[in-house]
Amino acid sequence: MKTEHNNEHYVLDMRNIGKEYYGTRVLKDINIQLKPGEIHAILGENGAGKSTLMNVLFGMSVIHSTGGFEGEVFIDGEKVNINSPVEAMEKGIGMVHQEFMLIPGYSITENIKLNRETTNPGLLSRVAGKKLEILDMKSMNMDARKSLDKVGVGIEEWVKVAGLPVSFMQFVEIARELDKENLKVLVFDEPTAVLTESDADRLLETMRKIASEGIAILFITHRLDEVQRVADRITVLRDGQHVITKDTKDSNVNEMANLMVGREIKMTGESRDNEGSKNVKMRIRDFYVDMPGETVKGINLDIYEGEILGIGGLAGQGKIGLANGIMGLYKSEGNVELDGKKISLNNPEKSLKQGLAFVSEDRRGVGLLLDSSIELNTVITSMQIQGTFLKRYGVFTQRDNKKIREHALKMIKDLDIRCTGPSQITRRLSGGNQQKVCIARALTLNPKVLFVSEPTRGIDVGAKKLVLDTLVQLNKEYGMTIIMTSSELAELRMISNRIAIINEGKLEGILPPDASDVDFGLMMAGEYHKQKGEGVRADG
Amino acid sequence: MDEKLKIVIQEDSLGTKIKKALVSNMVTVFFVILCIIGYYYSGLTFGFLLNDLITRMVRNSFLVLALLLPVMAGMGLNFAIVLGAMCAQAAVIFVTHWGVAGLPGIGLTVLLTTPIAILLGYLTGQLFNKAKGQEMIGGLILGFFSNGIYQLIFLILIGSVIPFNNETLVLSTGVGLRSTIDLKDGLRYAIDGAWTLPFTTAAMAFGGLTILHGIYRYIKGLPSLGIGPKHKKYLLSGASGAALIGWVFYIQSTSSFVNLIKVPMVTAILIGLMCVFTTYFSRTKLGQDFRTVGQDRHIADVSGINSDKTRLTAMILSTVFASWGHIIFLQNLGTFSTYGSHEQIGFYSVAALLIGGASVTNAKISHALLGTLLFHTLFIVSPLAGRNLFGDAQLGEYFRVFVAYGVIGVSLVMHAWRKQIEGKKRLSQ
Repeated sequence: MKTEHNNEHYVLDMRNIGKEYYGTRVLKDINIQLKPGEIHAILGENGAGKSTLMNVLFGMSVIHSTGGFEGEVFIDGEKVNINSPVEAMEKGIGMVHQEFMLIPGYSITENIKLNRETTNPGLLSRVAGKKLEILDMKSMNMDARKSLDKVGVGIEEWVKVAGLPVSFMQFVEIARELDKENLKVLVFDEPTAVLTESDADRLLETMRKIASEGIAILFITHRLDEVQRVADRITVLRDGQHVITKDTKDSNVNEMANLMVGREIKMTGESRDNEGSKNVKMRIRDFYVDMPGETVKGINLDIYEGEILGIGGLAGQGKIGLANGIMGLYKSEGNVELDGKKISLNNPEKSLKQGLAFVSEDRRGVGLLLDSSIELNTVITSMQIQGTFLKRYGVFTQRDNKKIREHALKMIKDLDIRCTGPSQITRRLSGGNQQKVCIARALTLNPKVLFVSEPTRGIDVGAKKLVLDTLVQLNKEYGMTIIMTSSELAELRMISNRIAIINEGKLEGILPPDASDVDFGLMMAGEYHKQKGEGVRADG
Repeated sequence: MDEKLKIVIQEDSLGTKIKKALVSNMVTVFFVILCIIGYYYSGLTFGFLLNDLITRMVRNSFLVLALLLPVMAGMGLNFAIVLGAMCAQAAVIFVTHWGVAGLPGIGLTVLLTTPIAILLGYLTGQLFNKAKGQEMIGGLILGFFSNGIYQLIFLILIGSVIPFNNETLVLSTGVGLRSTIDLKDGLRYAIDGAWTLPFTTAAMAFGGLTILHGIYRYIKGLPSLGIGPKHKKYLLSGASGAALIGWVFYIQSTSSFVNLIKVPMVTAILIGLMCVFTTYFSRTKLGQDFRTVGQDRHIADVSGINSDKTRLTAMILSTVFASWGHIIFLQNLGTFSTYGSHEQIGFYSVAALLIGGASVTNAKISHALLGTLLFHTLFIVSPLAGRNLFGDAQLGEYFRVFVAYGVIGVSLVMHAWRKQIEGKKRLSQ
């Protein structure tokens, strides 16, 4: 292991980086050193702190507007203060973004040279300043050509980016960074996530070539085999802490998976007494959802009556899209049956009417009417969908306030919602209690199947347990079938009967909650079947 | 890595190309047809139409061109040019009151207008930066709101608070301006009349310029790409210049009314300069920033372009150009409605631009000029065509107004619709 004080030259040296957001610690004592020409992989689950670390490195405003960070950053041995992405660029740090930072309507040259255009003085610029200098397209095209050749892309530099295949856009991004003359460190943020296998191979090769020219590469990914193939060293982050930095050749895929996920998990055990029957409650076949950032690309899955099915996976792989698609919130295709009856997709009203209920991951956006009372939030969907809590006068209807109040009071008591009363507006509630109101509303529908997405996101530890307990209780007492989507594997393992892992929009596999960390890690990284050589079966 | 990644960009067949061109220029094609039908039934001679058209083109083109920069910066159609028009109008009123006529009057008007237009443009830009994505409706409402202030000043404060002693301009009560103002003894034709040439001479000069430009571009290639695949189309523009000259020679040999038409050269040159400036500007660093911000604000910010400042610049430029454009408009018209002219030109300019084939996100000089041409052709022919077809000029007039506002609505709906389809396409990929 390297120490901080040896004499070796580091192009980038981040020392004891720490960061707190509003009292929540997200990074602690992270040390990363990059030698010129090194490919350094950073591994970690979602929430491990990878993106926060990059935000620190690039001086994003989200860091500075929340009180800055702890620790020091050195570039070429010199202490630097980076306050904006532009400064990072000037200091020689570049990034190949996961979501492309390219302007579709521009030519490749214009994109590569964005805000670094070469200009010649013209008529007006002599009067009105540098801003009115004329672009020198010829030299820009030549520069672009040079960078494109470096990454081995033979496409004409004046072609518009719109309509290019995804892999080309990725290479244009890289070419843009290479065009920056003082580039010292290049960050690749999950660059292969959107690429096909052969394009990914080419990308890895390009990375090696760039590194061989002395540029250090930070490689953020969750594809462990790629790490194995190109990285010189790896650093594993977990829960904002630095787990280990070691040479890739001393490690293997299994160990990496273990280090990534590895955490003590306390099994409650109680929920899993109820194993659920083997009756298929919901059958999902060839299911596609167009949810931006969470696309589902053909899932086959059976959900058994009375079980709690956990749905896990890394962010952006499609686990969130599944529930949103079935509920009709995003455009979807495929075949979904509930108790043998087909569910009409793309129609939230019908989904609700057919006995599905959904607690959205977007609590404050989709989940609640923030400026309405708890009681109204609790009953509004059933009023709308089932026509309950209404008094009828011929064609006119009126809210049945007495019934609503009674019901809300019961829910507040049952779910232990901490509030000043049923007429309090939900904006004033804490995150955990807001979540409970969402659950109360879903329960008011008496659903056959309850979808819960990220139920514990953004709520504190105590409230987390209460929410999870509530779900277990519903499952046990009423035999309700619950599908819980969560980024936190630990909580999935605490209450689920089975856990389905979604990777790249497809079902990677289904594991029992007591499966090993390695298995979970491999599945989330999409490596499970490559390692074990098994097929995926819909019924797990 | 020796072998390189290659992709083939497929060329559409001619049929598909034509179909695509027709679909994407639906509005323009529709108006061309409408104009041809209208011209046929109006019974007008070509010379008369051309004469009227030239008057109206020089009147309105500058204003329509002022709309281009905000579109470039992604702020949509700038309904807030009403503000620029308003300060021009206010300046014209005062200059008329002081009795400064001719070109000195115009100079004074410009001097008065520009600082106010800069200030108003700045404020509008600030407002738009706080209401991103709502620029168009924001500009529209801002126009109505500022019209209220304008009316307050010129209907109530003039003569009561602001001393303004002028019998021809002020109402008989001594407070507030009359509803129309006549510029006959002041600014009327101050620019237009400064230098006029016969249409034939002007057209020949224009044709000559077109030929020179075509040849120059053919040799030098496209401005941004050098000699590329499209440089041949400049031969076409050169040829059309030659055709124009040929036609003018033919006309000169006849005793056509066209020979008597005069072209106000100074105004035409000003419009030409505006076109040159817009083209030049789009190739500068600042122009590139405009377009970057217009295409994607987020990416612009990340790459270090101050998008708010860029948008502010766009608004200031547009408002100033609009105010100058309105001065040209008013001196050409010679008389204007005190409380209505500025409101009107906002809508008319936007409609003209849209008719020319522009959209909320894409507007070119050619769109502006072609749109102005078509819009005013319709203006000229539709009352006559209405009278000849239905026996009532009012019907044609009604139809024209209906069409002018309709086209704004339809264009906006079509834009929203296209955006929706694109969104769907993107998702299903």
